[in-house]
Amino acid sequence: MATATVARPGRVSFSLDPALLIPLVGAGVLVYLAVLPLLMLLVGSFQAEVAPREFIYTLKNYQAAYASEYTYSTFMNSLIFASGAAILSFSLGTVLAWLTERTNTPLRRIFVPLAVVPLILPGVLESIAWIFLLSPKFGYVNVWLMNLLGLESPPFNVFSLPGMIWVHAVGQVPLAFLLMVAAFKSMDPSLEESAMMSGANTLQTFRRVTLKLLLPTAGSVLLILFVRTLESFEAPALIGIPARIYVYTSEIYLAFNDYPPDYGRGGALAVGLLLLSAVGVWLYTRATKEGKKFQTVTGEAFRPRQFELGALRWVGFGFLTSYFLFVVLLPFLVLFWASFLPFFATPSWDAVSKLSLDNYRYLHGFRPFWDAMQNSIILATLTATVAMMLTSLVAWIVYKSRLPGAWILDFLAFVPITIPGIVMGMSLILLYVAFPIPIYGTIWVLLIAYVTRYIPYGMRSASGSIMQIHSELEEAASASGASWWETFKRVTLPLLRPGLVAGWIYIFIVSFREFSTSVLLATGDSRVLSILLFNMFEQGQVTVVAAIGILMIATLLTIVAIFYKFTGRVGIQS
Amino acid sequence: MIEIKSLTKIYEDGESAGVTAVNDISFTVEEGRFYTLLGPSGCGKTTTLRCIAGLEKANGGEIIVNGKKVFSAKDGTFVPAYRRPIGMVFQSYAIWPHMTVFENVAFPLRVGKERFNSADVKKKVGTALAQVELDSYQDRMATQLSGGQQQRLALARALVREPQVLLLDEPLSNLDAKLRERMRFELRELQRRLRITTLYVTHDQIEALSMSNVIAVMNSGVIIQEGPPREIYLQPKSQFVANFIGSTNQLTGQITKIESGDTAQVRTDDGEIACSALEGLKVGSKVVVVVRPESVNLHHQKPANHANLLEGKIGAAMFLGEYVDCTVELGKNILQTHQRYTLQVRRGDPVWVELPAAECMALPVEQ
Repeated sequence: MATATVARPGRVSFSLDPALLIPLVGAGVLVYLAVLPLLMLLVGSFQAEVAPREFIYTLKNYQAAYASEYTYSTFMNSLIFASGAAILSFSLGTVLAWLTERTNTPLRRIFVPLAVVPLILPGVLESIAWIFLLSPKFGYVNVWLMNLLGLESPPFNVFSLPGMIWVHAVGQVPLAFLLMVAAFKSMDPSLEESAMMSGANTLQTFRRVTLKLLLPTAGSVLLILFVRTLESFEAPALIGIPARIYVYTSEIYLAFNDYPPDYGRGGALAVGLLLLSAVGVWLYTRATKEGKKFQTVTGEAFRPRQFELGALRWVGFGFLTSYFLFVVLLPFLVLFWASFLPFFATPSWDAVSKLSLDNYRYLHGFRPFWDAMQNSIILATLTATVAMMLTSLVAWIVYKSRLPGAWILDFLAFVPITIPGIVMGMSLILLYVAFPIPIYGTIWVLLIAYVTRYIPYGMRSASGSIMQIHSELEEAASASGASWWETFKRVTLPLLRPGLVAGWIYIFIVSFREFSTSVLLATGDSRVLSILLFNMFEQGQVTVVAAIGILMIATLLTIVAIFYKFTGRVGIQS
Repeated sequence: MIEIKSLTKIYEDGESAGVTAVNDISFTVEEGRFYTLLGPSGCGKTTTLRCIAGLEKANGGEIIVNGKKVFSAKDGTFVPAYRRPIGMVFQSYAIWPHMTVFENVAFPLRVGKERFNSADVKKKVGTALAQVELDSYQDRMATQLSGGQQQRLALARALVREPQVLLLDEPLSNLDAKLRERMRFELRELQRRLRITTLYVTHDQIEALSMSNVIAVMNSGVIIQEGPPREIYLQPKSQFVANFIGSTNQLTGQITKIESGDTAQVRTDDGEIACSALEGLKVGSKVVVVVRPESVNLHHQKPANHANLLEGKIGAAMFLGEYVDCTVELGKNILQTHQRYTLQVRRGDPVWVELPAAECMALPVEQ
């Protein structure tokens, strides 16, 4: 009897159910993209030398990274930079969100899209524009203020820690703004109204209810802004390095740029930055969960309670207008102006006569510009497409397949959010220098890096739209006689489309402006626009850089507009 | 007591001319009474309530709460919400999620003009929670309560300051049917015991009919009809009210004769009907005769000594437990009727339909 059962062939075989194969492949891809580089980073940070591939393990990298004379100053600089920029962008974003969402400030509606406009200004350009404005030597604002007020010395110096904080914070305000708008919107106004009906005056209501309810969200928003600043490299590279103010990201970059490159020390620094950012993200997810508890769910659409500001609403209007003019518009204008100048000069009648299209003519015949443009467009398009395809598949498995262990995929797809751009670059160098896949130095390694980094963003859009599709909608289609493919084509895909399109556009934009990963990975032929900008700015060709910046913004807008037009209506997604 | 005089509220939209949510309405809620504003969504009932609460500032009229003027467009009086002697329960309950049950109820005692020492706060909160049978939950976080409990907590919070007026904005609409039925009863009992002047807003006719002393039916920002529940149900003065409250049969026709008092003869497509008519209708007026399904009697044989008999045949009969929902096909119209479950009929059976004249109302046709 026993033999009969055992002998039945194929009973215990390895023939995999195709339904299981897809998730396994997905998991494999995610492990390859997100986990393998981190492992290599960890290994590399303990290795004596990377290049000869002799695996001698040592702690000297960590000693060099964390027990040097610079350790303390780097730590303090990073801390001040990150918390300063987080607090500043949070404050600006919150005031903007509050004025536009919850008050009767005049014309507040038109400021909502305007507040998001800086998203299209790449971080490198943001830094360059503010150097144009606030440089102690030639910054327009300094020159004007000195002339106007008869000052002896320039009032602002962008090459300082406050300067870095300002430049980075201003670029990050749209994110803070969108997150706080969402927070204000998700708050049931009757929570405040019931406080008033309980006899609490406006101040008591604000202190005891509004503030307390916003606190968890505000905490998590501050945290995410802190982590994002810590990971950023634009302001630290363009402002911090010339000013000799080093933070973790610039230390990693400098270790890589040493001769010979000190991969070990860079790796050790990267591991530290990764841990910091991972802790930040972990705290953030905990805080948002905490915040969710506070959300009261009702089916009603809220009519948010608006504060009557009285005469003060003109103060609010003044704030919004000056923010838009000086913080949003001015950087664009200064880049635009500079792009027509032969050399950098303050706006004057004299300078007006020198305006010309020379920079653009120069770029027309400038090979590296066209190569970089091509690379950037190809990379951004491919990244957005691959990332959205991959994440829709993963999101479908996670939220629809009900397979055991699907949450592992969800987790794996979330991991990259903790990887700072420059750490990603460092890890991929260590991975592909050690691995015999000849993609280092090509745009393909950049593609891998970008896709990996933006998987979490793709996941957010994809899972958002997939969760909205109630499975009964698909079941109704198959009950009407539609095949699996017809169901997918006629029901699932059209319902998914708005979310996927929004995700695609967002990833396209962030890939197109990506800097901190590319700075380590993009070399020679694989140079992208942001790196070209950085290199040429370092070489002092500042007005050509301005022209590249203008063309970069124009390209970005054109492609987004074309894509938008062909894929139909999409809402602004945060 | 609440007195509303010519209240008007226009929502400025910025671009368009503005939406008139409440259009010149007046009514009075007598001391200790339960007054209901009933109407479809968007009829202005909630806006009216919010104006009384002080959460909206009206554009015209006057609001007097317990003899004190809290709003007047004429002299610009506007007492802010937190200074009005009003307790309010919101549709979403608006329970503060960052506070415990105790803290939620204690809040009004701690922020108002009148302050209480902690012993008093404790005592008053205890009493308020006991009223709604939540006294054993004091230390729970408010979010741990079920929907029905949150609703009662909101009520305790509204009552703890011992307000002179209680405003309720669709407080039962988020509860499931069984719970709603029980809360209807409990809410009304509590109101009776406390004798608190109550203004209730709902779109649910059952709630309005079962709880109120007086109902005002609203539509498009105006009060269409005001009266005790029985009158609203049995003597609707307009087609809108007849339609909105309960289910109704409507037979269009023309008045052929006005008789003594308020009875009239109406010629419909399916025969002459004697019915009570609204004042002001004349011979020749186009009217609708409304009759409730439960008023209609069916007979297998033509009964003697009965007026208002129409001939028809059974359409569909559905057994619903409490009654049989039986449609009758007349020549042109189809009547919906509610019959006792003992009724034994089949589709197509000929029947005689008796419409009791006292329960038929002729109303002017509305567009």
